[in-house]
Amino acid sequence: MIGLQHYLVVSAILFAMGVFGIFLNRKNVIIILMAIELILLAVNINLVAFSAYLGDLVGQVFAMFVLTVAAGEAAIGLAILVIYFRGRGTIAVDDINRMKG
Amino acid sequence: MIQTIAFYLFATLVIASGTLTILARNPVHSVLWLILAFFNAAGLMILVGAEFIAMLLVIVYVGAVAVLFLFVVMMLDIDFAELRAGFAQYLPFGVLLVLVLAAEMIFAVGAWTAGGVDMGSRIAPTPSEVPNIEALGTLIYTRYLFIFEGAGLVLLVALIGAIVLTHRTRGGVKAQNVSAQNKRRPEDATRNVKPAIGQGVEL
Repeated sequence: MIGLQHYLVVSAILFAMGVFGIFLNRKNVIIILMAIELILLAVNINLVAFSAYLGDLVGQVFAMFVLTVAAGEAAIGLAILVIYFRGRGTIAVDDINRMKG
Repeated sequence: MIQTIAFYLFATLVIASGTLTILARNPVHSVLWLILAFFNAAGLMILVGAEFIAMLLVIVYVGAVAVLFLFVVMMLDIDFAELRAGFAQYLPFGVLLVLVLAAEMIFAVGAWTAGGVDMGSRIAPTPSEVPNIEALGTLIYTRYLFIFEGAGLVLLVALIGAIVLTHRTRGGVKAQNVSAQNKRRPEDATRNVKPAIGQGVEL
C-alpha cells in the first residue's frame, strides 16, 4: 500500500505547478483559469487521500463541493472572458485595469 | 506490487501533464494536457478507493469543464503568440518561487509527525461492507442534505450568471415578434372614416 505522504507530495507538486502556471502566463487568462483548475485538482487529491487514509468519508463529500465550486467558477470565468473579448478584441490581462465603472 | 506501479504511473503522468498544461504553446494543446491530468488524477483516486469522486472528476471535469475551455479557446480569435510575450521574463522568478513553495510543502509533509489519530472522533467512518458510492450517497442525502442542495444552488446561480453575462440582443435583426403580432387588434390597425365630399382623406 502506498503511503499517505506519497499522495501529499504529488498534490504539493501539482499545486506548485498551478502557481507556476499563473506566474508564467500572466497575460493569458485562459491558461490562468486552467492553472486554477490544476490547483483545485491538487486540493481534491489532498482531501481524498486524507479521507481514504483516515477512513472518514467527510473528506470525499468536501471534495465534491470543491468540484462543484470549480465547475461554477470555470463557467463564470469563461463567460466574463467572452464578454471581455467581445468588447475589446483581446484577452490580455494587462488591459483589464481600464475596465472601470 | 501492481498498486505501486499504478501509483507511480498515475503520479508521474499527472505531474507531467500538469506541467505541459502550463508550458504548451498552443492553448488547445493545453486543454488536452489538462484532460490527461484529470484522467490520471481520477486514476489516483480510484487507487485509494474513492470511486465516486473519480467518476465525478471524469464526468464533470473532462466532460464539462475541459470541453467548455476547448469551446472558448476555439471560439475566440486570439493571437496567442502575442500573449506569450514576457514568458521568459517571468521564468526565473517563477522557477525560484515555485521551487521554494514545493520544497517547503514537501519538507512539511516529510516532517509531519502528527502521531496517532483518535479514530473515535471521526465524523463519518467509512463503512467496510458497503461500496463507496452507496456510503457516500447515504451521507450526502442524510446528514449533508442541505449543504448538498446548496451546492446545487451554486451551480444554478453559475448557470444563470453565465447566460445573463453572455446573452445579448442583436440590433438591426428583422425577426418575427409573435407576441406583438398577437396583441395587435383590428381597431389599432384600421380606421373607419367618412370623408366629406371634396375634402380628401387624411393618411
